[in-house]
Amino acid sequence: MVIREEDTITAIATAPGESGIGIVRISGLCAISIAARVFRSVSGKSLEQLPDRRMNYGHITNPDDGETIDEVFVVAMKAPYTYTREDVVEIHCHGGNAAVRNILELIVEAGARVAEPGEFTKRAFLNGRIDLSQAEAVMDIIHSKSDMGLKTAVSQLEGGLSRYLDEIKDKLLSIMAGVEASIDFPEHDIEEQTRETLLEDTRQAVDMVERLLATSSGGRIVREGLKTVIIGKPNVGKSSLLNALLRENRAIVTEVPGTTRDVIEEYINLKGIPLRLMDTAGLRETDDLVESIGVEKTRVYMENADLVLLVLDAARPLSKEDRAILDIIKDKRSIVLINKTDLEIRLDEREITDRYPEWPVIHMSLVQDRGLDALEDTIYNLVFSDGIRSSDAVMVTRVRHEDCLKRAKRSLGDAIRAMKGGLPVDLVSIDIKAALEALGEITGDNITEEIVDRIFADFCIGK
Amino acid sequence: MEYNAGDYDVIVVGAGHAGCEACLASARLGCKTLVVTLNLDSIALMACNPAIGGTGKGHLVREIDALGGEMGVLIDKTFIQIKMLNTGKGPAVHSLRAQADKRDYQSEMKRTLEEQPNLDIKQDEVTDIIVEQGECRGVKTKNGAVYSAKTVILTTGVYLRGKIHIGKISYEGGPYGLFAANDLSESLERAGLKLMRFKTGTPARVHRDSIDYSVLIEQSGDREIMPFSFLNEFENLDREQISCWLGYTNEDTHRIVKENIERSALYGGEITGVGVRYCPSIESKLTVFPDKQTHQLFIEPEGRETSEMYVQGMSTSLPEDVQVQFYRSIKGLEKVKIMRTAYAIEYDCIDPTQLDLSLECKGINGLFCAGQINGSSGYEEAAAQGIMAGINAVRKIRGQQPVILDRSEAYIGVLIDDLVTKGTQEPYRIMTSRAEYRLILRQDNADRRLTPKGYDIGLVTEERYEKYKDKMQKLQGEIQRLKSTVVSPSPETNMFLRERESSEIKSGITLYELLKRPEIDYESLGVLDKEKPDLPKLIGKLVETEIKYEGYIKKQQMQVEQFKRMESKKLDPGINYFGINGLRKEAQEKLDRIKPDSIGQASRITGVSPADISVLMVYLEQRRRAERK
Repeated sequence: MVIREEDTITAIATAPGESGIGIVRISGLCAISIAARVFRSVSGKSLEQLPDRRMNYGHITNPDDGETIDEVFVVAMKAPYTYTREDVVEIHCHGGNAAVRNILELIVEAGARVAEPGEFTKRAFLNGRIDLSQAEAVMDIIHSKSDMGLKTAVSQLEGGLSRYLDEIKDKLLSIMAGVEASIDFPEHDIEEQTRETLLEDTRQAVDMVERLLATSSGGRIVREGLKTVIIGKPNVGKSSLLNALLRENRAIVTEVPGTTRDVIEEYINLKGIPLRLMDTAGLRETDDLVESIGVEKTRVYMENADLVLLVLDAARPLSKEDRAILDIIKDKRSIVLINKTDLEIRLDEREITDRYPEWPVIHMSLVQDRGLDALEDTIYNLVFSDGIRSSDAVMVTRVRHEDCLKRAKRSLGDAIRAMKGGLPVDLVSIDIKAALEALGEITGDNITEEIVDRIFADFCIGK
Repeated sequence: MEYNAGDYDVIVVGAGHAGCEACLASARLGCKTLVVTLNLDSIALMACNPAIGGTGKGHLVREIDALGGEMGVLIDKTFIQIKMLNTGKGPAVHSLRAQADKRDYQSEMKRTLEEQPNLDIKQDEVTDIIVEQGECRGVKTKNGAVYSAKTVILTTGVYLRGKIHIGKISYEGGPYGLFAANDLSESLERAGLKLMRFKTGTPARVHRDSIDYSVLIEQSGDREIMPFSFLNEFENLDREQISCWLGYTNEDTHRIVKENIERSALYGGEITGVGVRYCPSIESKLTVFPDKQTHQLFIEPEGRETSEMYVQGMSTSLPEDVQVQFYRSIKGLEKVKIMRTAYAIEYDCIDPTQLDLSLECKGINGLFCAGQINGSSGYEEAAAQGIMAGINAVRKIRGQQPVILDRSEAYIGVLIDDLVTKGTQEPYRIMTSRAEYRLILRQDNADRRLTPKGYDIGLVTEERYEKYKDKMQKLQGEIQRLKSTVVSPSPETNMFLRERESSEIKSGITLYELLKRPEIDYESLGVLDKEKPDLPKLIGKLVETEIKYEGYIKKQQMQVEQFKRMESKKLDPGINYFGINGLRKEAQEKLDRIKPDSIGQASRITGVSPADISVLMVYLEQRRRAERK
């Protein structure tokens, strides 16, 4: 069992749902330094240099790419005069799920751990902050909440997550058992893992963790919308498509401020899936798409897209522009829409289906209102066939799981670096074990025992 | 019939590997000590393989030695082959293993015991422990002697109600043709101890001259000897070493075993005891791993003066005639002559969760247990518990706090904590994978971890302590020197680096930083380090390890700090867990039974959840405040 009473913890302090302001709270030894990593004050000073217990205006930015997440007020409160008697930081940001979640994730990324239910209160008590009379109530909170947390966790684990998780754990256990068996029983004829197979196996495990982490973007899709980019050369019917989708589906928000004006963004709810439609029609169109709109700009939109809707003109053969677009989106999950099928067909779609057999192709005629249902079904199936499913009820545990998975990934990265750096296998195994322990926190298993069991299950060992 | 045979401070029951370390520790600490054994000729008997050490086990021996124990010194004296295992796998798992001259080891240990002041040795069988009002007051023997004592240490090995199985034939008996101890178990049960039944086994011993070595693969020892004991230098231990031999089973072997599997005690239903996973009989190996085409076996000499050879890997409970058949099916053993038949043995042991971390029984004051009686397996595991039980029995008498090594201090700590906190369902063997902080628990730094402790306890001699201090001083001095020695980016330097496929330097760099590179080693710093002092090789290696793995070592040290904080939150053994609101029932029962020493230990009990730990911490804080008021 891992007890981490010494960790720095974080949680969203405001109630879920739409509200004017959201607060993310951090508590623990590294609270201020962690917050300092993501907070850019207007004065340019680091949070560590700013005065205690004062609201500081600034922005939360992703330290990796400098992207601004939200404008915020941040207050740092040094121990011991805080709720938990530890260093506490509160980040006051815009309300609504997206902003607070993004900030929370960034803080986890920066080194904090998502708090267990009741953990702030527990710390407050353990550090002598709350009255004795309140202790019983604290016990109740810990119990009822952790029970609830457990149920949520279990309900999520019953889904696809536990299956993936078991696969990863199985992979890592088998790596560990191999390493450990060869260490603990060096005289036995255990097929020794070479550095290459070990590296390969570990890489595979990283892939698996990444794949699982990628499904957690299902949660992001729920809160931010599936980023869907409509692309195509001029006059193929992009705007008509956008308008048709808007007509058919309830628009959630129109025009999001703060995004570039080149792109029109609309939010719709498609059979329960929030879709964030981005129409590149707003990009300045000229005769030569490739040259003037800046392929680069299009690429930028593509980068973050979850889904691409490529609109082609059935009445015209594939042009240089079409091919340029195809080249940009070739790695994206895309749906090919062949519009204007009411006209005489001059497009040879085999060129596309041969090259991208995995892309669904839908024939439509927006003028005749044909093909829209097929498109909606295809989008729906694409989202759900991936097992991308989430609901607000499992949100918190999910972030915790993401937290564990990210730590597992980090440890495996360390392991790979150690292998590449020529470090001996007993050191490598420390990192792999750390990854297993991070996963074990999701399922609550005793990793050491499992490794020992696995050694004896996988290898014939003994005098 | 009974008579009063004497008063002792400490009585040790059994003179195997646990008993020897226990009685030596007690006597050396100045307590009047008696050791009683069934047979004086079986003191420190290696009833199974003639070897000491191996992964994890080698670490234990180094730790016993660092504390002032005997095992390391004696195996250094009596080994006939020695090898450092896992040298390709990194410093944490380097492990020493030695083939012992079994007889030699026994005589050396017997002599050590005989020459030890404060120690009486007696051949007899202990049949009863005397327990009055929850206090252990002494023992009674078969010959009618009643010895009184302040503390008693049970190190009964596999002798309690020992039962030998060879196929369908079974009889009462201890290992190696010795007698079983049939009476003591009942006395323990009467005293309220819960017993378990475990099983282990040993392969046949065969005649050296009946083996065809030409088809076996020779396994020789290391040329450069690394001693077990920190008192020894490797230059002084050089001697002629004897080889072991590696062979393999084949289809024929497997067919014979499978055809007769019903005749084995293990699969025929005769044995009810729980066996060892890492010490499986050939019939278990074939059943559990049916796809494995061949299994290896090592033929190990039992000593210089004997013709007996131990056949590691071929332990079995099959009948004698089948043993002869399948041994002879192995290439190289076609004409083998079995001198001692392989057997399985069942024996009584206690459920070790009845002990606290000092190895004292929770229900019986003054009664300590160590070794196989606690459900462990292996000479080294036994000896490790023996020395700790010896130390703590003495401290109990003197009213001192017990010495408890925790999981971050020693494999001994891992071993004892595992046993008393989690219990065991099968004979327990130490493994490096059981240690959370193995980069810190290396065999090369056991002295650094434990010798100062051993000195405070009183087991470490002045000689050993001075040697240790001198070594530490040299080690620190050398690390300091490497930190302050800067090499310049001269052509000479960069050529040296190029030759080792190491990236060249553009500005000055300390030797310390250079040594962090995997491709640079301390021994061959050569031209870069012209002022290198003449240090013992062992210190050089230690310096290198400390520098090269500093990053990882620091990482583990941080984990250790967190671990220590949880270990330092102490739990009173008098806590009524049933009275704590919010603990789950299972947790209440487990906590009540184990009576953990700290929150840390509580968290390792199977069936205690993180939520239970939270409740416990809240409870502790509650109590602390109530007391303050």
